[in-house]
Amino acid sequence: MTVAVNPAQTGEPVFYLADEHPHPEGYSTSLGFWIYLMSDCLIFAMLFAAFGVLGANYAAGPAPKDLFDLDLVAVNTSMLLLSSITYGFAMLTMQQNKIAQTQMWLLITGLFGAAFIGIELTEFAHMIHEGATPQRSAFLSAFFTLVGTHGLHVSCGLIWLVTLMVQVWRFGLIEANRRRLMCLSMFWHFLDVVWIGVFTFVYLLGVLR
Amino acid sequence: MSPDLLKFIFGRLGFDSLPIHEPILVGTFAVVALGGVTLLAGLTYFRLWGYLWREWFTTVDHKRIGIMYIILGIVMLLRGFADALMMRAQQAMAFGGSEGFLPAHHYDQVFTAHGVIMIFFVAMPLVTGLMNYVVPLQIGARDVSFPFLNNFSFWMTVGGAVLVMLSLFIGEFARTGWLAYPPLSNIGYSPDVGVDYYIWGLQVAGVGTTLSGINLICTIVKLRCPGMTMMRMPVFTWTSLCTNILIVASFPVLTVVLALLSLDRYVGTNFFTNDFGGSPMMYVNLIWIWGHPEVYILVLPAFGIFSEVTSTFSGKRLFGYTSMVYATVVITILSYLVWLHHFFTMGSGASVNSFFGITTMIISIPTGAKMFNWLFTMYRGRIRYELPMLWTIAFMLTFVLGGMTGVLLAVPPADFVLHNSLFLIAHFHNVIIGGVVFGAFAGINYWFPKAFGFRLDPFWGKLSFWFWVTGFYMAFMPLYVLGLMGVTRRLRVFDDPSLQIWFVIAAIGAGLVFLGILSMLMQFAVSFLKREQLKDVTGDIWNARTLEWATSSPPPDYNFAFTPVVHDNDAWWDMKKRGYQRPLTGFKPIHMPSSTGTGIILAGFATAMGFGLIWYMWWLAALSFIAMLAVGIGHTFNYHRDFDIPADDVIRTEDARTKLLAGAK
Repeated sequence: MTVAVNPAQTGEPVFYLADEHPHPEGYSTSLGFWIYLMSDCLIFAMLFAAFGVLGANYAAGPAPKDLFDLDLVAVNTSMLLLSSITYGFAMLTMQQNKIAQTQMWLLITGLFGAAFIGIELTEFAHMIHEGATPQRSAFLSAFFTLVGTHGLHVSCGLIWLVTLMVQVWRFGLIEANRRRLMCLSMFWHFLDVVWIGVFTFVYLLGVLR
Repeated sequence: MSPDLLKFIFGRLGFDSLPIHEPILVGTFAVVALGGVTLLAGLTYFRLWGYLWREWFTTVDHKRIGIMYIILGIVMLLRGFADALMMRAQQAMAFGGSEGFLPAHHYDQVFTAHGVIMIFFVAMPLVTGLMNYVVPLQIGARDVSFPFLNNFSFWMTVGGAVLVMLSLFIGEFARTGWLAYPPLSNIGYSPDVGVDYYIWGLQVAGVGTTLSGINLICTIVKLRCPGMTMMRMPVFTWTSLCTNILIVASFPVLTVVLALLSLDRYVGTNFFTNDFGGSPMMYVNLIWIWGHPEVYILVLPAFGIFSEVTSTFSGKRLFGYTSMVYATVVITILSYLVWLHHFFTMGSGASVNSFFGITTMIISIPTGAKMFNWLFTMYRGRIRYELPMLWTIAFMLTFVLGGMTGVLLAVPPADFVLHNSLFLIAHFHNVIIGGVVFGAFAGINYWFPKAFGFRLDPFWGKLSFWFWVTGFYMAFMPLYVLGLMGVTRRLRVFDDPSLQIWFVIAAIGAGLVFLGILSMLMQFAVSFLKREQLKDVTGDIWNARTLEWATSSPPPDYNFAFTPVVHDNDAWWDMKKRGYQRPLTGFKPIHMPSSTGTGIILAGFATAMGFGLIWYMWWLAALSFIAMLAVGIGHTFNYHRDFDIPADDVIRTEDARTKLLAGAK
């Protein structure tokens, strides 16, 4: 915004804008969404801290070594990382205004995300079947809550993704939809970063412990 | 109907959940029901529902939302204070074999509800309301960054308050103390609905608080008018910025810790249990990582109010603006490094306790700097002893006293003696009443004329002031004495008759505060009746210094017909000094956000979901959740959320003000 705040030009100070342009729609959105993400990050930080405190309290129950199948987790991690790449492609095609391709990449992202959730649920079901329930020990409570909260976020992201695909389909790549896709993009990559923390801190270090 | 079906529909709720055998509650219910019915009938009779819905409930105007927050805070103050009176009366009576008038089951709910309501539903709404009202005006903006979110946040706060109030008549409230420490708050020791009311009341309100924090940060960072650099922001805006940063950086912690507690209670996990590897002390740590910043969330805006009031009523620029800003920022950071001082007795060892003891004492340095800044602002000022200034002076004396007992408590060995004693109770009431409550009252008296166009009646205001201040000292100084004698908090009956006199004095003090509250209600009523005499048409009744006084009182929907341009810290003072002429022509249409009912509907479903979860009515919880999702997604399909106020309307509003101003001269 350029304003004549310099009194020297007219001799008198300017105290108001005679000709004002309102802030464009969504002017604060990216900042607001960033701050929201940071508050969400804090939620994960607390869950990581809880896992850090309770993660070795097996209560004579199963330990990470007995439970984690690192091959499966590796496949699962690759699902999520690939979905981040494909979301990146969706953003690139969005920049070029290619609706069909954007939708296709969003769909692929969604499928990867759904695969991630599917594998995670299988893993959970398997653990619970073996008696490693969230109630069994503080370690398992913390594990299920941390990993489950991440999964819940990805599921919300999927609902959001479907909603946005409908909106892009109905209204096109208008400014508001581009902004929303950008927000979901930040959300999606953020969940990816969190998952790298989960993968390292919970699974890899857990098996080493 | 079969018992299974009944259990499915009503969950744990049955006729025995209604407290019909407790005369105090039945009486209260009768009064509340009568009052409620009268109010609803009145609204219907005067056909006010449509007006309320259109102009208030669905509004996205930050000014109206701010006013509604303050009304919520004052209404809840009456409830929270009723609890306080009951406690003071009980403790004054329960001597020499007397059991007092409150059974243990009820008394434990009363002290829990008192703490929860006063912090979450009195102090928070008052502070949030003032920030909501004042900040956009002070920075020359038309509204907050996310006006719809602002409306939603308010209604979520109301939803939380509704749940806490419901617990009075349907079921019961927690009997755990205001932070609900496990294992007492876990399902084994609190199997009833009390803790669940606590959890869902705070979770619903917490969503609102976090979102409103994000909203106000964005507003302050992005919507300042041209020329207003960070170091030209009014101090109240600065303290609001820091408070909202604290909100966003601490309320998620509360969300997590309450979520983990509810998992323990609902699912049977082992976060805070005594067995299977759980750790109750982790709860205490986590909740204070939220809880300590929370007290600064409350007091920083109060510091901002005192800064505005002191410089306005001393007729001087604030002394040490820069140091005031830095002190605020330092307090913001330090407030995260002291949480452990709430439980030095945990047994974390001398080194850890020393660290937290020292960081706690360090906080008194920036706070002291602020105190000196206010004193130096008053020094050689032309002080006007109007109501806001009176509250400010009472604050300065009271808060210094409370701060000193706080430093005393920060010494770990002393804390081992005073921990959980009435000395602690006296200390935090000393700083919260002396700081936050006095600050809110100073703010209300200061900005009321801005919001309504007439000032508050000084006679009843002064009466309220003196009742409050003397009542406060009488109610809490005896608690310091009792605390030093070793009396612990939350006791219901006493054996040692020599203690009684102190409790009687404290009860009389509480009675005086009660008169103070009544006088304040009188003050509102009298001011409304005398509004013609107390009227202000200038928009700048106190000859003040910041931008909110540049517009009319009450400000038009769009706040400023033209966005102001700022050249100085005290922008409005600068404008007045340099012969600013209010523009009379050239008005243009103004772009504004439209009202929406989505916020109140979403919050209504969230509250219903909370109720369902509390009473194990799973169908209600699930349906409300799905409804919330549907309404929320549906809202995103509405792309047209703004409108233009036509130039003609702006001209009409501004011309009316021109006439008023001409009449005033």
